[in-house]
Amino acid sequence: MNKLLSGNEAIALGAYHAGLGVATAYPGTPSTEILEALAPYEDIYAEWSTNEKVALEVGLGACYTGVRTMVSMKHVGLNVAADPFLAAATTGINGGLVIVSADDPGIHSSQGEQDNRHYAKLAKVPVLEPTDSQSAYDLMSSAFEISEKFDTPVMLRTTTRISHSKSVVNISGERHPLTKKVSFPRDVQKYVMLPVNARIRRPNIEERLVKLAEYSETFPFNTIEHGVKQLGIIASGISYQYAREVFPRASFLKLGMTYPLPVRLLHEFAGSVRQILVVEELDPFLEESIKVLGIYVVGKEFIPRIGELNVDAVNAAAEKMGVLKTKISLPQVKIPADLPKRPPLLCPGCPHSSMFYVLASAGQRLKLPGAKEKEFKESPLTITGDIGCYTLATYPPLNAMDTTACMGASIGQAIGMEKAGLNTKIAAVIGDSTFLHSGITPLIDAVYNQSKITVIILDNGTTAMTGHQEHPATGVSAQGKKVGQVVLEDLVKGLGIKDVKVVDAFNIRELRAAVKDSLDKPELSVIISRGACAVRTPRGVDPSAIDEERCNQCDICLLIGCPAIQSDGKQPSIDPLMCMGEKCTICQQICPKQAIKPSSKLKIGAKK
Amino acid sequence: MTGLGKLTADKYDLLITGVGGQGNILASDIAGEVALAAGYDVKKTDTLGMAQRGGSVISHVRIGKKVFSPLIKDGEVDILLAFEKLEGVRWTNSLKPDAIVIMNNYAQPPLSVSLGVDRYPSDKEVVEILKMRTDRIFLVDGTTAVTKLGNVRTLNIFMLGCLSRFMPFEVETWEKSIHEHLPGRLHKINSAAFELGRKEINNVHVE
Repeated sequence: MNKLLSGNEAIALGAYHAGLGVATAYPGTPSTEILEALAPYEDIYAEWSTNEKVALEVGLGACYTGVRTMVSMKHVGLNVAADPFLAAATTGINGGLVIVSADDPGIHSSQGEQDNRHYAKLAKVPVLEPTDSQSAYDLMSSAFEISEKFDTPVMLRTTTRISHSKSVVNISGERHPLTKKVSFPRDVQKYVMLPVNARIRRPNIEERLVKLAEYSETFPFNTIEHGVKQLGIIASGISYQYAREVFPRASFLKLGMTYPLPVRLLHEFAGSVRQILVVEELDPFLEESIKVLGIYVVGKEFIPRIGELNVDAVNAAAEKMGVLKTKISLPQVKIPADLPKRPPLLCPGCPHSSMFYVLASAGQRLKLPGAKEKEFKESPLTITGDIGCYTLATYPPLNAMDTTACMGASIGQAIGMEKAGLNTKIAAVIGDSTFLHSGITPLIDAVYNQSKITVIILDNGTTAMTGHQEHPATGVSAQGKKVGQVVLEDLVKGLGIKDVKVVDAFNIRELRAAVKDSLDKPELSVIISRGACAVRTPRGVDPSAIDEERCNQCDICLLIGCPAIQSDGKQPSIDPLMCMGEKCTICQQICPKQAIKPSSKLKIGAKK
Repeated sequence: MTGLGKLTADKYDLLITGVGGQGNILASDIAGEVALAAGYDVKKTDTLGMAQRGGSVISHVRIGKKVFSPLIKDGEVDILLAFEKLEGVRWTNSLKPDAIVIMNNYAQPPLSVSLGVDRYPSDKEVVEILKMRTDRIFLVDGTTAVTKLGNVRTLNIFMLGCLSRFMPFEVETWEKSIHEHLPGRLHKINSAAFELGRKEINNVHVE
């Protein structure tokens, strides 16, 4: 039976059919849907782990017992999990272990771009790259077989365009039965990496790589597709699809395993064509390795190394290279440059908006775009930020975030700024899921090194940006079971922090008092601002409305950045279909003229 | 030229655009599944940036005998199905000459327009820009029609009704896929929205 599946759904189904027993992950675009698709199966164990490092360590323990295990994460997640990834490469496995790295060329939803095939080379483990959902499904069983045959973790590398595109998959496969008995045979030379044992394992890794290279020569997903002799294309992943469309008649070497490379197959292909173009996204990973073999190829002279490829980019490269005649392109329609963009926003009723409004106000940052002084000169408050929906508070009108680097960095950065002697107040802002992921260890650093910063945890009770996954403080597991719940305030107090305040995210007065108190006090303090994510909250029944007779058009309500509050340039108004009503009321609380009221009250007032 | 009548090409590249929350991703999923059920190869992909709500959302649906790239080449879009005017006109250069444009006559001003930084284009400008590439523009009053029908969230199915008039697929195939994606209590109203969309296309061609 054929079905349209996304790459992520195909990876999940392929792994399930391959006899998967344990799946772990931390949510991250574009990898999140893999674990989401696996969680409903009752005959496997699936968990959202605290972070990617923990996910891989749980995965490592699981596979040591002989169970087939998959750990999925986004590209930067592997930075977090790099330590156990390299450790796994050293100890090897027992049951098959597959690590899915979902890279994000084009930076659709990440803090950076990186080609994680380099990690496979660094760890000396094989990497497989699917070209569509069908091959993602098919590759999963090979991935587990390779892992077990060669005693190695295997990386399956996808990209956003593979993970999030849907294509046709034949789903008639069946689940491979779990035959292995769950057991852990004690073997200290393999599993205890004391230097003496690690030295014994070390040559195994090199021997394994030689065997894998030999295996790749006949690996069924490394295939030559014969076409004309004038042009040969070497490609993998989604790049293969773009190249196939641009060069319908060329010869192709399609690589399903991109490390280690099949040396003889490459020479055979090179001998059968006159010139070779390597089409790959991001770094010249294949190109450089092929050139080292003494095979002449071209690649990054023509193919961009930044961002996502597409048919147009490969086409332009082919024209530049001279293998395709330049087509006369359609004259571009002149679209006015001032066509407004539509960037993502904090939602109406977002529990983060109020805290950022208070911080922006304390930091003297609130400026309407188009106001006389467009930029604030020097804020008396520095706000280090983190990764989540709340990073959007960087934009006007809030202007309330000054740094974002990687998961959990806000707290360490704030400590660093303070210790370096920065002459402003300093607050670190971090979401609940991000705090649990990697904010706890820097907070311990703050306690230990007597930091005086203010740490603000925005607790909306979910991992919002990736689509509302559970986490250790929600009390619900990935598979929907009621489980233990980490209480953030108890955790923070347990570290020895005395000044811990829990405030209602929808009470401006409470937020203001807490922020003022913490910023003024010369000691470490933590504010937990608690309010449910607006996307998960049913809309209120009584939307806010503006009493136009009272309103003096000061436009302060527009400074929250709420999408429901709109203005025609003169009179602000509130869209009743977007407003969260009594669930939020932030605009009602900040209006200096008390002109914003529940619409039910306003109607009564208007009748008078 | 009325521009009506089913297309009979061997490939159909559809671009479905709108604002996050309008249901256009579900619409693109259904369009893809209908094409698969009709025996075509299909690839589809969405680009939606980093947030959950309120940003531009674009889906590419590619239908043909054999499809390689999930992304449509610039200037190759056969049909643009735009749930919002600004999100439609933005993609004019992606259209092939004489492409079909089905645009919901509805404006949702971005925050920058409310804050007085940007200006929302006038209806006249929107049509003028599109006309530089194609004359086959169908401006449909989808939001008005489904608000009257009683559920503004059926807009995506209304828009599919409009689209179905140009695609070589049976109405039953559309209905089946729509029902598969929605709970039973919503079948009736969505079938009504689909039918309204099919009828709307008769009298909305922009000359």
